[in-house]
Amino acid sequence: MSNKTSSKLEKVLRSGHLAVTSECGPPRGSDPEAVKKKGEMIKEYVDSVNITDNQTSMTRLSSLAACIHLKLAGLDPVLQMVTRDRNRIALQSDILGAASFDINNILCLSGDHQSFGDCAQGQNVHDLDSMQLIQTVRHMRDEGKFLGGDDINGPPDMFVGAAANPFADPFEIRVPRLAKKVACGAEFIQTQCIYNLDRFEEWMKGVRERGLHEKVFILAGMTPMKSAGMAKFMKNRVPGMDVPDEIVKRLSGVEKKQQAQEGIDICVESMQRLKEIEGVAGFHVMAIEWEEKVPEIVERSGLYPRPDV
Amino acid sequence: MIIAEKKPIEEIIQEVKEYGRILILGCNECVTVCEAGGKKEVQVLASALRMYFLKEGMEKTIDERTLERQCDHEYLEELREDIDRYDAVLSLACGVGVQFAAEKYMETPLLPGVNTTCLGANEQRGVWTERCQACGSCVLASTAGICPVSRCAKRVLNGPCGGSSDGKCEINKELDCAWQLIIDRLKALGRLEEYESVAPIKDWSTDRAGGPRKTVREDVQI
Repeated sequence: MSNKTSSKLEKVLRSGHLAVTSECGPPRGSDPEAVKKKGEMIKEYVDSVNITDNQTSMTRLSSLAACIHLKLAGLDPVLQMVTRDRNRIALQSDILGAASFDINNILCLSGDHQSFGDCAQGQNVHDLDSMQLIQTVRHMRDEGKFLGGDDINGPPDMFVGAAANPFADPFEIRVPRLAKKVACGAEFIQTQCIYNLDRFEEWMKGVRERGLHEKVFILAGMTPMKSAGMAKFMKNRVPGMDVPDEIVKRLSGVEKKQQAQEGIDICVESMQRLKEIEGVAGFHVMAIEWEEKVPEIVERSGLYPRPDV
Repeated sequence: MIIAEKKPIEEIIQEVKEYGRILILGCNECVTVCEAGGKKEVQVLASALRMYFLKEGMEKTIDERTLERQCDHEYLEELREDIDRYDAVLSLACGVGVQFAAEKYMETPLLPGVNTTCLGANEQRGVWTERCQACGSCVLASTAGICPVSRCAKRVLNGPCGGSSDGKCEINKELDCAWQLIIDRLKALGRLEEYESVAPIKDWSTDRAGGPRKTVREDVQI
């Protein structure tokens, strides 16, 4: 299939390589150096980099501005956009703003509820939901029109992505939910962090049975554990996260100062196993505030050097 | 009270046409007062549907019933013995009643026959206007008893905005500017100086934004 956009991520995926993406959280202030430094650290080891949009509802430098900084530094950013904070006017406007800086990827999300963040008293917008945002970007790109019906002078050139959580409840609609996002026009998927590989394989089997892996590129989400404490927290406190006991046990079984390395090892081993699954088109490595470990993870997983497309 | 308006008959026909035995279920509370879903509206709708389906040659059983309330277990339970006689229930209650009935009778399709529009007042016969959006944290003490949350199109807490003209709102020349009303009333109360106190950023966590609300009164629980 030929490329529909100028996205580097799309080129890598369509040329049949396993893609590697990562993510950077923007700083809680106006100094862009931190996010630029993160970008520089991983630049040679990934194809594209997601910039989170006020993740966990903590107010940060905007995703769009951080994307621009990384684009100017020669990276291929993925603009994460949540529907929590902006109505359809602002969403369309920011999509055009991003497109004007040749940002060629977008990840459409609904976003964490504001009650988890630093503005728990704030309103949420949710004028559109994540599926409708996917449709909106595809409509703007493919039809060259605003939602209101007018022509766009220079439609956005964006590869459209969405998130999927193979582990959330109820399990029976996990594959149908992906099917809905594909029907809405999602072209790539980045999944929730995968720790329960058996469950993920079961989900992928369902995905293949419906042929969805041939319609959308699925990037497996990976987050290395920094410690046994982090594993326990993710297991018990983070909704929709499936961390098997073995992971917690394995991390708890090594000395505290060795746990981070053990976490990296688990991540690399998981990626090696997941690489063999039909329908896995790449990896989304979310090393949260631990971007310096991305090169090691990518290299040890046999995904370095990145293809030149 | 909760204000509702009848759905267009064409939409109701689409909702119910696949079912053979249909119960039209009215509610004797708010929707009776605003003439959208009481006993009288149940009768009118049932007759219209019977005529339509007769003309189309479609055999239907359409029964009528009106409960005292559809937002109380006690009254909804009155349906339990009869619910299996129906393929679907078309409720003319507000969205609360439709859902409460649906939660109770899991295997019976519950369809809405009205659109719930607002929390409002009976302005004049046949006219109802919004007065409250249940934000969960009432500001009326500082806005001269007139609500900018429900009555200002921008929900501006320090108004009026630049769109107020001759006491009317920019979005509709028939719509009073809530802030004009607030100012008029402050003047009448001799308290216009209060206008200059700045309303702080509002805590919307008690509004729908904070998630579905639940009110618990332990002192009245059994």
